[in-house]
Amino acid sequence: MTENILTTTLDNGLKILLKEIHTSPIISHWVWYRVGSRYETDGNTGISHWVEHMQFKGTPKFPAGVLDRAISRDGGMWNAFTHLDWTTFFETVPADKVDLALDLEADRMINSIYEREEVDSERTVIISEREGHENEPLFRLDEAIQTAAFATHPYRNEVIGNMKDLHTIQRDDLYRHYQKYYNPGNAVLAMAGDFKVEKMLDSIKNRYIHNPGHKLPFPQIIPDPVLQKHKQLEVKGPGETTFIELSWRAPAATNPDFFALTVLDSLLTGPTSLNMFGGGGISNKTSRLYKALVEKEIAVSVVGSLQATVDPYLYNITITVRPDRDAATVLKAMDTEIERLLETPVAQSEIDRAVKQARALFAYGSENITNQAFWLGYSNMFDQYDWFLQYVDRLNAVNPMLLMEKARELLEISHRVTGIYVPDGGQA
Amino acid sequence: MNSTNRSLNVSSIPGPQDIKRKVLANGVTVLARSNFNSASVVVSGYLGGGSLLDPLDKLGLAHFTSLALMRGTQKHNFQQLFNELESVGASLGFGASVHNINLGGRCLSEDLPLMTSILADCILEPTFPNEYLERLRAQLLTSLTIRAQDTAEMASLTFDQLLFPGHPYGLPEDGYIETIQRITQKDLVDFHKAHFRPENMAIVVVGAVEPEAAFDLLENKLGLWQNTVEKQIVNLPSITPPKKTTRKHIPIPGKSQSDLVMGSLGPKRHAPDYLAASIGNNILGQFGMMGRIGDSVREQAGLAYYASTSVNSWIEAGSWEVSAGVNPVNIDKAIHLIIGELEKFCSEPVTAEEIEDSKSNYIGRLPISLESNSGVANSILNLERFSLGLDYLQRYPSLINAITPAEILETAQRYINPKNLIIVSAGSKSKRKWQDADRD
Repeated sequence: MTENILTTTLDNGLKILLKEIHTSPIISHWVWYRVGSRYETDGNTGISHWVEHMQFKGTPKFPAGVLDRAISRDGGMWNAFTHLDWTTFFETVPADKVDLALDLEADRMINSIYEREEVDSERTVIISEREGHENEPLFRLDEAIQTAAFATHPYRNEVIGNMKDLHTIQRDDLYRHYQKYYNPGNAVLAMAGDFKVEKMLDSIKNRYIHNPGHKLPFPQIIPDPVLQKHKQLEVKGPGETTFIELSWRAPAATNPDFFALTVLDSLLTGPTSLNMFGGGGISNKTSRLYKALVEKEIAVSVVGSLQATVDPYLYNITITVRPDRDAATVLKAMDTEIERLLETPVAQSEIDRAVKQARALFAYGSENITNQAFWLGYSNMFDQYDWFLQYVDRLNAVNPMLLMEKARELLEISHRVTGIYVPDGGQA
Repeated sequence: MNSTNRSLNVSSIPGPQDIKRKVLANGVTVLARSNFNSASVVVSGYLGGGSLLDPLDKLGLAHFTSLALMRGTQKHNFQQLFNELESVGASLGFGASVHNINLGGRCLSEDLPLMTSILADCILEPTFPNEYLERLRAQLLTSLTIRAQDTAEMASLTFDQLLFPGHPYGLPEDGYIETIQRITQKDLVDFHKAHFRPENMAIVVVGAVEPEAAFDLLENKLGLWQNTVEKQIVNLPSITPPKKTTRKHIPIPGKSQSDLVMGSLGPKRHAPDYLAASIGNNILGQFGMMGRIGDSVREQAGLAYYASTSVNSWIEAGSWEVSAGVNPVNIDKAIHLIIGELEKFCSEPVTAEEIEDSKSNYIGRLPISLESNSGVANSILNLERFSLGLDYLQRYPSLINAITPAEILETAQRYINPKNLIIVSAGSKSKRKWQDADRD
């Protein structure tokens, strides 16, 4: 897979990736920062996400509200996301309106105001966002599992942050975080769409050349050692449905083992789409765990989740237990199925199938210009764009022997956290 | 920043020049638009026969039937069906709304013959095997117990019940626990036999395929289908606006956040004031950071993570809703702010600036909403569903540009009376005060 991408880095450290696509009069423009919950310390959890919110509160040039209005008026779609390793802001706009998006991102990279009143008002908004998450049993279970799976690595915290920190973080904490991480030396600008790269590059240079950049030392966080003893935990809460989540340490995206685990995930729970926009997913009714749990009438659904991250994060399998069955029955069937994977080599045809599914998901994602621009930047948050280009080939390189070896290494029960959401049956 | 989007190059917008339509001899309507920019194809469609045909004691039957279509057919059992699809990375699914059984799928263009073959197989010859119906029933019942814990869903469901009493719009398409338990295999077989028919089916194919090839594939698979059972006519009760404000709280213990849904009737899709309501709604609770309501409830008061409005328009009527997720202690405060915004919306025309912003937004975002195959397929399906004409998307900018502030005010007054609202919240009772939220 090859593509014509212009990649360059300005003197101030801003990395730029540009891809011309002339199928629709649209441009998708993304600015990515290497900051997320990975960069947070105790007492400051959730600060990256809160900073992302504050970036919509205005600069002297684009006061709050003017920003929304300006982009929306052009019919643009825009949003921002904060995750473990990164924070990103994007605008997808009609091609002739892209100047506004360029102006806006260059400006708010250094000129956001962070008024105290806005910080206070946003505090309750973010607390409300967290409360919305807390309504979900799976958020509560996830949070408990992350805490159990990591002893010290910041991946142990939810991106939204701990409630206590959301009450205590102050304006100056937010502003310091912003000043430290929001600069061209810590950013990647990615664009795809209906433009000419040479002209667009000039246009970007004109906007950023005067922004001083400072390259931040990349924080090397020592990964927590893989668990050596199986942990099992319970979270009690409202409802009548039991959920189980199994969690193993996953390799970092740059580790070749990541691709073996991707194939394992596909066999166990069906393929996971890494596209953020467009494409949808592929059902998983012929996956091994669906057959072993849902077809055997002990669960009603099973899904897997694997993410591309800088440091080793988690591979999760989430199961919704049938109301007339219990967690122990499901866990026993699960263990039998995982054991089969560790003991019996899979057929090459199963690997070929996983590769075809991945190829289809990539084709679906490429319908959409926003998703193509997303990949240009996203891949740079944990590796390079080549990671994306070589993805299918690297899945193809996985063979049955390697798969069994990696399954034994990665999916060993002693490395696992098992979380069970125990419903109170409407007794709360 | 003063630029506007009030015009658009319509030649790039799907229209009669590139949407091809063919009605098969048996009445199945097929629409197709090519896009060879990626190797994928999206299929989207509907048949008549939604939840409005459900007997009240078996509510959820249409939904159950739609999901059971893929549990086995004369030619394939469940695992064979999904093995064929999943092996090539294709997806296909069915569901039900009030008026329709809906279908959607996606595949690489090389696999479109396989996809259409399976799709036809599921529609024409499902066997509804008992073993799979029981598995599916367990899944549906579990979804309903999860729904009972979902504050947003329960608020919305109760809002619909109160707004559309005695009408299928007021009933959940997925039914209730007791109605799902009553449904038998025979009910599914009978529902399929009586209500699945070619003359009320429309299907759209968008992607890397020539329209003629798509027509041939579907004609080959669906062209001979007939249903000679007499069509059932449903007489729906009339819908009248709320005559007073009704306030209801659904207690769901143990929840950190409560969800609020409030509002009144909205226009049906065919109503002449539909677009005026839509633009007005954009100003009220969509534009920028969720319009006036978002500005008041989220940006100014910091009471909610989300607070927005929607106009939902169907064939018989519609709803005009405000939704917000708030801490239990802030519900009354949020309701107060929202009613204030509704009063203003119904008593003063929107400003020239507001209407220009929203018109520009609507026209500018059209190409973005049409950038993916699924976006185009859904738009074309709506053209067919509501008989809007194949040139509708190209006429759309001029229709939007013609709307005036006076028209929006009249439309708002026609549908919303801030003194007669349905107001529903769901969640825990408030227990505590914020240490920092008493700022009114």
